[in-house]
Amino acid sequence: MLADKDRIFTNLYGFQDWGLKAAQQRGDWDDTKALIARGHDNIIEEMKASGLRGRGGAGFPTGLKWSFMPKESKDGRPSFLVINADESEPGSCKDREIIRHDPHKLIEGALVAGYAMRARAAYIYIRGEYIREAETLQKAVDQAYDQGLIGRNACKSGYDFDVFVHRGAGAYICGEETAMIESLEGKKGQPRLKPPFPAGAGLYGCPTTVNNVESIAVVPTILRRGASWFASFGRENNKGTKLFQISGHVNKPCVVEEALSIPFSELIEKHCGGITGGKDNLLAVIPGGSSVPLVPAEQIWDAPMDFDGLKDLGSGLGTAGVIVMDKSTDIVRAISRISYFYKHESCGQCTPCREGTGWMWRMMERLRTGDAAIEEIDMLQQVTKQVEGHTICALGDAAAWPIQGLIRHFRPELERRIEEHNAKFAEAAE
Amino acid sequence: MPKVTVDGQEIDVPDGATVLQACELAGKEIPRFCYHERLSIAGNCRMCLVEVKPGPPKPQASCALPATEGQEIRTDSQMVKTAREGVMEFLLINHPLDCPICDQGGECDLQDQSIAYGRGATRYEENKRAVTEKYMGPLIKTVMTRCIHCTRCVRFSEEIAGVDEIGAVGRGEDMQITTYLEQAAEHELSANVIDLCPVGALTSRPYAFEARPWELKKTLSIDVSDAVGANIRLDSRGREVMRALPRINDDVNEEWISDKARYQVDGLSKRRLDKVFMRKRGKLQPASWDEAFKAIAKAKPGKDIAAIAGDMVDCETMFAAKALLKACGSKLIEGRQTGMDYDVSNLAAVNFNSTFAGIEAADAILIVGSHIRWEAALVNVRIRKAVKRGAKVFVVGPYWDTTYPAEFLGEDLSVLGKLPKEVAEAFKGAERPAIIMGGAALARGALGAGLAFAEKFKLVRDGWKGFNVLHFSAARMGGLMLGFAQKGGMKDIVKAKPKVVVSLGADEMDFEPFADALKVYIGHHGDKGAHAADIVLPGASYAEKDGTYVNTEGRVQFAEKAVFAPGDAREDWTILRALADALGVNVGFDSFAQLQGAMIAEVPALGEEGLADYGAFPKADAKAKAEGTISAYPIRDFYLTNPIARASSVMQQCSSELLGGGELAEAAE
Repeated sequence: MLADKDRIFTNLYGFQDWGLKAAQQRGDWDDTKALIARGHDNIIEEMKASGLRGRGGAGFPTGLKWSFMPKESKDGRPSFLVINADESEPGSCKDREIIRHDPHKLIEGALVAGYAMRARAAYIYIRGEYIREAETLQKAVDQAYDQGLIGRNACKSGYDFDVFVHRGAGAYICGEETAMIESLEGKKGQPRLKPPFPAGAGLYGCPTTVNNVESIAVVPTILRRGASWFASFGRENNKGTKLFQISGHVNKPCVVEEALSIPFSELIEKHCGGITGGKDNLLAVIPGGSSVPLVPAEQIWDAPMDFDGLKDLGSGLGTAGVIVMDKSTDIVRAISRISYFYKHESCGQCTPCREGTGWMWRMMERLRTGDAAIEEIDMLQQVTKQVEGHTICALGDAAAWPIQGLIRHFRPELERRIEEHNAKFAEAAE
Repeated sequence: MPKVTVDGQEIDVPDGATVLQACELAGKEIPRFCYHERLSIAGNCRMCLVEVKPGPPKPQASCALPATEGQEIRTDSQMVKTAREGVMEFLLINHPLDCPICDQGGECDLQDQSIAYGRGATRYEENKRAVTEKYMGPLIKTVMTRCIHCTRCVRFSEEIAGVDEIGAVGRGEDMQITTYLEQAAEHELSANVIDLCPVGALTSRPYAFEARPWELKKTLSIDVSDAVGANIRLDSRGREVMRALPRINDDVNEEWISDKARYQVDGLSKRRLDKVFMRKRGKLQPASWDEAFKAIAKAKPGKDIAAIAGDMVDCETMFAAKALLKACGSKLIEGRQTGMDYDVSNLAAVNFNSTFAGIEAADAILIVGSHIRWEAALVNVRIRKAVKRGAKVFVVGPYWDTTYPAEFLGEDLSVLGKLPKEVAEAFKGAERPAIIMGGAALARGALGAGLAFAEKFKLVRDGWKGFNVLHFSAARMGGLMLGFAQKGGMKDIVKAKPKVVVSLGADEMDFEPFADALKVYIGHHGDKGAHAADIVLPGASYAEKDGTYVNTEGRVQFAEKAVFAPGDAREDWTILRALADALGVNVGFDSFAQLQGAMIAEVPALGEEGLADYGAFPKADAKAKAEGTISAYPIRDFYLTNPIARASSVMQQCSSELLGGGELAEAAE
């Protein structure tokens, strides 16, 4: 179990004040000038050495991402940092805790990360439904401005850096990095074609990096305690600590900071008080927010909770929003509800996702009641394959994977329902 | 020049090309819906997926992927076939498949591509989506259930037309294409979205359920509704022109035409002059050709005969009239019916010299007295492109809604001589400065001042000709080349007191000064000219005769005859030829070929399609000054500028609904 001294988010539960003074007592904004004085490239190198992988779901190495930003502006365009606080993934609720209880970690991280990638300003795009959180964040930003921590000559480092809080309007797709950029520009939130990648032409056509809140908030602590400290947690290629968000059928659902690669069983037993009804009552787990395929109980129990460990199980760490389902769950209905979510949140720009998500949801609804034919399970599998990998952004993939996971692991259940339903129907027809 | 391999075939592609273009260069067909050469890349239909190595192990949208050195592209692999089938299936699940009652049938991209790339049968058992109907004005008929969300119409409105009229609302399956609050699409090029729509979601309202594309005879023609000379195709069935569609010509109209060019054609079968008429006891009565010719001969015009050319006549008609007058001993020919008398001693000074394609490269443009959106909507598109590349635009004249940022310098023409400092500096610093003089400026006698401006700022320099006159009559440049201009304009004709005045479809002229003369109208529509005439000889419209037209850039273009003229109407040159017999003179041609031969012998440039050479640009009169103000533009109503459009019920409806007439109707209720 992660020792208390190794926790980055020391006010995750809001037992202390979120304000600047309390944050400074916890160690935030402590000689940030010195962090900045290390220089752009040093910070990026340190981040690379720490092994931090993006905490937003895709797990792309953060330091490497920053290094794609231009070293100097050849044509006068500024660079921007966009911080993705549009946390809308079902099952995820970590950014919310950071923003409402520890916003200064994020703001300080924005300054340091923004400095490292030579950004002129950071835009924090916060989910529209996070009303109180946005208020807190804005107040925290104002506090930081008042104390000269950001703005002109931020922290007396000689570097000018602005932080803007921008509120979304409640669209899941705006969490996709290019859709977020479009939305920030005031347009309809639809993902852009890549290339060009944001590091080349992003917000207002300028080089932009989009990072998750957690990825940015951990930066100052990593720099203060050193890359080797951060890299001492977790397995090779899956370094560091991570906020896990466990919801569903556990005795004590919680958000907890733990070392990556912690076995699922330890996470559940130590922090969540175990599965409701005991270990044997576990049916399946969606380990990384609704977008990743589910993993059945027998496979997940001893699995290490990290990027590669879950990939080996045919799933993914995603945002580490762990959704636990015990045997009382109607698993088909659960996945069908997720399908409805993606149908509702598809932006409608490209064909496979626009048309496919609706089709998949409608078929899932029929499979839920069993009103289908056995062959239609294979057809549904084919349809998910027709969506996956054919779309502009990853929402198509995210809509396809939960269904693929269901078919992979629970096909007998689907067939049982169809047979039961059809038998009833045959009886009635007689 | 990157080298790529397409299906095993190695080819070099130009820098900046996309994978789709590379595939086309290799002769491969790539299905697509959202991609269009003249619009930005959306990449949203996903129909153009191909397999590209190196790259992720999934199909790539070829329209948006740059072709780079060493790429291995496959368009024939199993992965590509499956991907296309998958996308096509998705497009079809919510498409109503009402092809039998859809006007797009037979020219529908979805229909064609589903046959070539789709699965054989549907697997979709759920209910299909239905979309509420939208209203987009009198020209565009919508059946939005058929929409496949390619967003071509949205991109056209934003990028080409420059107005934010069409957009998408909602998301996911519920995304719908609509105009804001269901207002009508109002700009002059709105109907081009009908051509762009790959399915039957946006179809032509006036043409609804009129014909199937395979029933139509297609004739290559030239639009005469303005002086742009847009290349069009007239689709006719039997004796009727059913519709006009743009042809692709990058030098002239790219692939757009104005709504007037497209929809005035229904006027071709309304208010037509299909009989000879003579005025008897103050009233026009039907008569025979013989009677009419005898009456004209009886007037014994001798050399006191004048010919006024209208705005839509072809060069052959004008030449036939000129030859007739010459045989009679008269030189009283004029085409500028409204009385303009600008100097035409050098045609380069009254021509659109930079060409339409060339004006896109201009970096500073001064528009003097031209409402370009109405006088030449397609030229406005070019200027918008220039502005997108950084050009600055200034306008002298009353305000009109440009589709790009432009600075209005007031209505006073004297500003030409004393430009505000920053404007003068913009022109001094410009590499390719240009001026566009419109009809309102010419009518105010500002041509000389325009030439002086051109000299002052060196608008005509090595490799760049920035002096432009923008006419809006299709017959103008051809008429000027044939000498249809008197020094004093119409005033000279009036002064000569001709006994017979022949109006060749001239409807905008003032007939009052010719009260004592015998007025002969040779034309196709019962409009102002026919009302004022003593004798009406029914002629042919542009759709009913072969002819040569010269657009405002001096581009000579041929149009072909699509249908026969109705009733007793004849092709104009035959009427003039017969009139020569009646008057007892010899014009020297008996067939259309002979007529054309004689015309080309006199003006060789008319014999060759393409830009006519008007020689060196003239020296300006340094003392030339422009005075007075431009209080209004000559075109009051975009939709009703010529007799065909005035006869067209579609144009009348557009005029009343889109240009404010609707408000009056509402107020009256």
